[in-house]
Parts: sequence; structure tokens; C-alpha cells
Amino acid sequence: MNVDVSSKTVKEIIADIDKCTGCRACEMACSAFHAMPRYSSINPARSRIRVVADELNDEYVPVRAGNFTRTGCDGRHVYQLKGKKYSECSFCPASCPTRDFFIEPDSGLPLKCDMCEDEPPLAEPLCVTVCEPGCLTYAVRQVEAEVDAPAEREAMARGLASLVNQHGIEAVIENLKRVSKGQ
Amino acid sequence: MKYAETGFNLEVDLSTGRAERLASDPRDTELYLGGQGVAAKILFERVPPDTDAFSPDNLLIFSACLLVGTPAPAANRTVVNTFSPQTNLMSHSLFGGFFGPELKFAGYDRIIIRGKAPELVYLYIHNDRVEIRDASHLRGKGTTETQDLLKAELKDQRVQVAAIGLAGENRVYMASIDHNHASASRGVGVIMGDKRLKAIAVRGTRDLNIARPAEMFELAQALHRKIGEGDGNGDWMAVDEDDSFHHNHFAWGNARTRRKGYWSEELQQRWTRWKYDHMDRQTGCFNCAKKCRNVINWPGGRRFGYKCFGKDTYHMAAFLELDFTYEILGVAQEYGLDSYSTPQVIAFALELLEAGILTEKNFPDMPEDSRGRFFYLLEKIVRREGIGDVLADSVSHAAKRIGNGAEAFDHNTTKKFEQLPIKLGKLNPAYFLMIATGEKMSITQIEGSFPQDPLPTQEQREAFVSKWEAPPDEKFKQYFLDWKKRDDISDEATCEIVDWNEAMHYIDDATGLCGFVSSFRGQFGGGVAYHMNNIPQMIAHATGMKMDKARLWKTFQRIRTLVRAVNVRRGLRRKDERPPEDHWAVRDEKYEQELLSKYYAFKGWNSEGIPTRQTLERLDMGYAADDLERRGILKADAGAAARETVAAAE
Repeated sequence: MNVDVSSKTVKEIIADIDKCTGCRACEMACSAFHAMPRYSSINPARSRIRVVADELNDEYVPVRAGNFTRTGCDGRHVYQLKGKKYSECSFCPASCPTRDFFIEPDSGLPLKCDMCEDEPPLAEPLCVTVCEPGCLTYAVRQVEAEVDAPAEREAMARGLASLVNQHGIEAVIENLKRVSKGQ
Repeated sequence: MKYAETGFNLEVDLSTGRAERLASDPRDTELYLGGQGVAAKILFERVPPDTDAFSPDNLLIFSACLLVGTPAPAANRTVVNTFSPQTNLMSHSLFGGFFGPELKFAGYDRIIIRGKAPELVYLYIHNDRVEIRDASHLRGKGTTETQDLLKAELKDQRVQVAAIGLAGENRVYMASIDHNHASASRGVGVIMGDKRLKAIAVRGTRDLNIARPAEMFELAQALHRKIGEGDGNGDWMAVDEDDSFHHNHFAWGNARTRRKGYWSEELQQRWTRWKYDHMDRQTGCFNCAKKCRNVINWPGGRRFGYKCFGKDTYHMAAFLELDFTYEILGVAQEYGLDSYSTPQVIAFALELLEAGILTEKNFPDMPEDSRGRFFYLLEKIVRREGIGDVLADSVSHAAKRIGNGAEAFDHNTTKKFEQLPIKLGKLNPAYFLMIATGEKMSITQIEGSFPQDPLPTQEQREAFVSKWEAPPDEKFKQYFLDWKKRDDISDEATCEIVDWNEAMHYIDDATGLCGFVSSFRGQFGGGVAYHMNNIPQMIAHATGMKMDKARLWKTFQRIRTLVRAVNVRRGLRRKDERPPEDHWAVRDEKYEQELLSKYYAFKGWNSEGIPTRQTLERLDMGYAADDLERRGILKADAGAAARETVAAAE
């Protein structure tokens, strides 16, 4: 088999939920950072990190926005940790119709965490920077990843075939030319 | 575009069931900022001074203050103002948590509630959608229980709820309004109950705009780090288990007994175990780096939270230990009772029994032990049953109703409001003025910027002053350097120190800053995050208003004077401005009255404590002077008469 070994970068936000005080400074900072212009408005509903908080049951789980999904779950796990019950939703990053997390309040479009990508890059995502209680920490790891070249080529060919099917071969070639000029 | 504020009030009339979103007057923000400042203006304009606290015409105002919801760290206070049946004056009350920010995100700076609902209701606000809903299913429910039920009913964990318990429903004067584990004390729950408003549930998903985004965020983040890192901010009682200060120096029972050598190492270890064995975690308020609230899960009760001196009041009133407070506090907060005044009311009743003014007949089937008696009386008070109906009107009113010498046991109130249980030897002049003239009713809401006591050596004083950023003027540093004995300080310095202490609270209560990062905390260590030298900049960045130290100081004076005018219209006079007679063992009436006169003059008030026309006009409140003159409270002077003639001619 034709397999290459290369490394890839994994960015992680680690949430030590015992340390969360529920202050939601992370939500404030995230919504400010992603406002246009930057920091011009605050709105936790636009935040890509939300603290799933149930003060009366002592539940505090910061969760970051992941992928969009069209449908909610039919059923779900309930996890019991140290005697406390947590719904699976408390740990789920999906922007889904079951709850109003990670949905842009005006447009209804899904929101996704981008780890505060910026030019020049920030030392860490802003939610981590503002987390004074130390619940959120940031880690970057290089991990070895196996790359299966023929499989990747196969996947790319399938994707291109789909584009050709949808837009026609000429449009795809024209766009490939445009993209290659930009490279 | 509006910055930092939304520019809208939610006006609710519970009698007619009408709710309207109305634009606020931008001039009010310019002059009074927000929070208590604008609320005082609204109360002055809309509630005639002869309005009874229980009249439908009394207003109940929930204000999300000016900086609430902005990146300004620890700006999260909701201020609640109304007229109190206990004092007949303007109530001052506030709570932390998340309600105020959510109200801003829903698009409102404040909720102004008038009228009375025919049946128990709750108010549901989701952005533009506002509904007055039936709350009969919530009757008698506890404060956190109500929040749980509403979150389930509205299918929304993110909704922020402020609710009253049984105490508020039954119009107990000591009733609080509770939100999560935060509590609005000093007697506002009684009016919410009188208006038959069980709860307000608010949810908002709107933007709150910032005038100068980059500058604001940078300044806010610097303060956020400062609050988080050092020990100059927040409630140190959350981490310091040595609480000998309150137990050895404050008075136990009905503010009677000092137990000077009470605290011990053994006791501290035992109490520390009780706390940490049952504490789930410590939590914070919106956008604050500190975690001041201890969340306790005591066996047999619902989870509850407390901060600061709130953990001491019940067991000190009952001559018991911390485990008793942990046992009763969760129950009392679920009923929605203020944990500062309620224990004193119960201890007062037990004193009357001991003195024979009340008899066993007044307490049918009451247990013999202190623990049992406190629980017994708590139940009687929240249900207004038997003697509980009298006690539910607070110490001063209960003493009057009971008569037969009971008034002599009402020894720890000022303006009919229960004070902290402090009994000391020698008079502290600044504290005399603060307790006498304060209109926020509790010393914790008045003191706080200038240290309570001098430091013993010159080196210590110099070290303190060298890193002291907070003073609004260099003269305060000099006062502190020259201060060696508690009562040896000039009257002029005393007046200025009291004024500065007051200023910070009035600014906090207009902007929504927490006293633990601002007004209250500076006296301990001096390293407080917010002060007169940076708040103006924060306001300017957030709102785009022109603001500097001089303008902010004048704004404080304006709000302070307006609150005084509001209360003067309701009868507040010099004779009411007296700390409890036994607050200090050694008193000097002549000196105290001279000092009071000097302070009134310093404030621009006349010898009765009424702001003069000149003062009111200097602070852009000629309308208040006109009103006080029209009512005969101020005598119209010749100058004013002349101006009126000119105005009429024009």
C-alpha cells in the first residue's frame, strides 16, 4: 500500500469543568471578537462558545461550536458523573435545530468556532485568554498522521466529478484556471 | 445608534395588562447615567410624594445599569428601586448574576412596572415579545424552584429569572427578590408581591453596541486581568476562613452581645470542614473574574449560594454555629427573605418574650431550643400567622404595633431600617455621618473607599499611599498619611471622605459595577480595579459620551441630591438622621449635631438636610427646586420670585 507519514497540527481547547465559575466572560469575548467591526458589539447569542449552565443543579460546561446538522437527535444519552446528571447535549458542539445555540440570531445561519484565526495569529483563542478561573486552556499538538495517497486521489476525483456534474466541465476548468493563477 | 444602552424602556401596567416598548429620554442618560440615577428621576417625576407604597401608583423599576452587558468587567448589577412600606422612602436594592445583561440583550435598559395584577402573574420577555402570564401554578413556590419551573415551562435554560418566594407573596417587609443564587435585599420583594408579580423571565439575543470598540476592549481586558490576578478585588471571605472579625466584634442576638474571645483555631478548622465538605463550587457573576459566591449543598435542603457576611447572620442572631446557618439559609432564601434583617427580627421577638412583653401565648407550640425557635418563627413570619403577622412588618413597625415597652427593643434601626449589628466604644466621625445621612440604608452600601482605620506606622502609611491609585484627589493621600488615631481627623476631612465613599456607590449603582471591584472594596488594601480615575474613561469608551472626572463627580452629586430630594418630599428630615443610640458607647450629642450641620452645608443642603435651590440649580435640577418650593418644603427666595416674574413676563 502507498502510505505516507506526515504530521498535522491539532489545536485543542481543554475545559476543566470543575473550574468553571459560570461567569461567561468567554461568551462576551467571543461575540466581541467576531463582531464587525471587531469588538463593536456584545451578544452572547452570537458567541461560538456557550456555557451550558444550570446553576441550580451545579452544571457548568463550556462547549464550542462545531458542525451544523439539519436534524436533532431522536434520543440521547444522559451521563452521570460524580453523582450529577448531564444530558449528552451539554457536551455536544453541534449547531442543530434542537436548541438555539450556535445559530446566528438574525440570519439563522450556523456559527462555527474558528479558534480566533487572525493575521497576525493570536497566541490562543480569546475565550481561553479571558478565562481567569483557568477552566479553559489551549494546547497545540503535532500528531503523526497516516496519509493514504491513492485514497485521497480517489476522494478528490469523486469531488471533481460531482462539481462537473453540477456545473459542467467548462465552468470547473475555468475556475481551476482562476484558482491556479491566484496560487 | 445607541451605545452601551439600548435606548428603550419596557413599561408594564399590571392593572391594565398593557406592556409597551418606549424610547427613553437621552437627556436622562446624559444627566443621570442609568440604574438608580435614572430611576430616581422617574420616581421623582411620576410618583407623587403622598403615594402609599402599597398604592398601584407606586412604581417598581428594574434597571440594567449603564455599563451592564458591555465588556466592562463585573458590570452586571441589576438595580431595583421602588418606595418601601418599611421606611416610606426610596428603596435601594441590587443584585448580581445575569439578569441585567440578559435584559440589555433583549433590548431594554429598564422595566418600569406600575399597577397591580388582579391575580398572581409572571412577566415573560423574549426580545420584542412581552407577555403577562398567569402564575397561579407558581403560588407558594420557592425562589429557585420558581426559576426551575419557568425554565422548564418556557423550554429554555438560557432564560434569566428574578422571582419572589412566599415572603414576597405575603408582603413580608423583609422579602427579597432572588435570581439564581443572588438576592435583591433591603425590602423590594414586598412591592413585587403587592403587585402580584411572582417573577420576571427574560431572554435576549440582540447586540449591545460599543462606541469605541478597540479602546473599550483593551481597557476592559486590563481591568479583567487585574480583578482576576490580585487579592485587591472580590470577596476575600470566599477564600479566607478566618472570620474572627465578625464573630469577635459584631453583636450577637438582637445586636446585643459582644463575644470578644469567641473565635478559636479549633472552631475555624471545624467550620472550614463544614464548608468545603458541602460546597459544590464557587461561582461568579456575568463577565467577572472572581468567584465570590459559595454554593452549598447541605443535606436535606436545596442547593443555595451565599457570599460575604451572609453566612454569619442567622447563627449569630441565634447564638449557634455555622451548621445552623447552612441549615436555615437555604430554607430562608427559598422563601425569599433578606438574610440581614430577618434574623434580627426573630431575635427581637425572642427578646420580647424573655422580657415578658410578649408571652408564651404569643408563641403557641414553639420549641424550647434556639434552633427550633428560629425555624418556628421563620414559618410564622413568611405565612404571616399569629405573631408572625406583626413581625413580618420588620422590627420598628412590629415594636410600635406590640407597644407595652417593645419600642425600647427597637434599638438597632435607622430610618426604621435594621442596621448591621455593630456596637462599638468610641465614635468614628465618618461612620456617624454615613449611618446618619445614608439613604441606601445599610453601611455596606455607603462606606468603602477610604480605609476604616489608620495604619499604625508612618512607613506602613507611606507604603499604602505609594501604590494607591483610587483617590480622586491627592488630598486624600495626605489625610491618610496624617491620620494616626481613629477619631483624630478634621471635620473638613471627614466630610470629604464621606463624600468620596458615597460617590463611588452612587456611580456603581448608576453604571452597574459591583461594589467588590469598586465602591466597597477599596477600603481594604486600596488595590481596587475601578475608581474615579478610570471609570470616566470606561463610560466614555462604552457610550461615546464626553466624560471626565469632574463631570462624573458632578453626576454623582446630581444623583445623590436627587435621591435626597425624592426622600425629602416624602418627609425625610434632620430628626430622622440618627445612628442607633447605642451604636457607640460614648456619644457627644453637641459635637455630632455640629458635624451634621457642617456636612449638610458641605453638601449644599440647608439645616434640615434639604437641598437648596442654589444647589439644585447648580446640578441642573431647577425643576426639583421648583417642585420643593411649590410644596412649601423649600421657601421661595427673593431671587427665585424675581426669576419667576421675568419668566412670566416672557
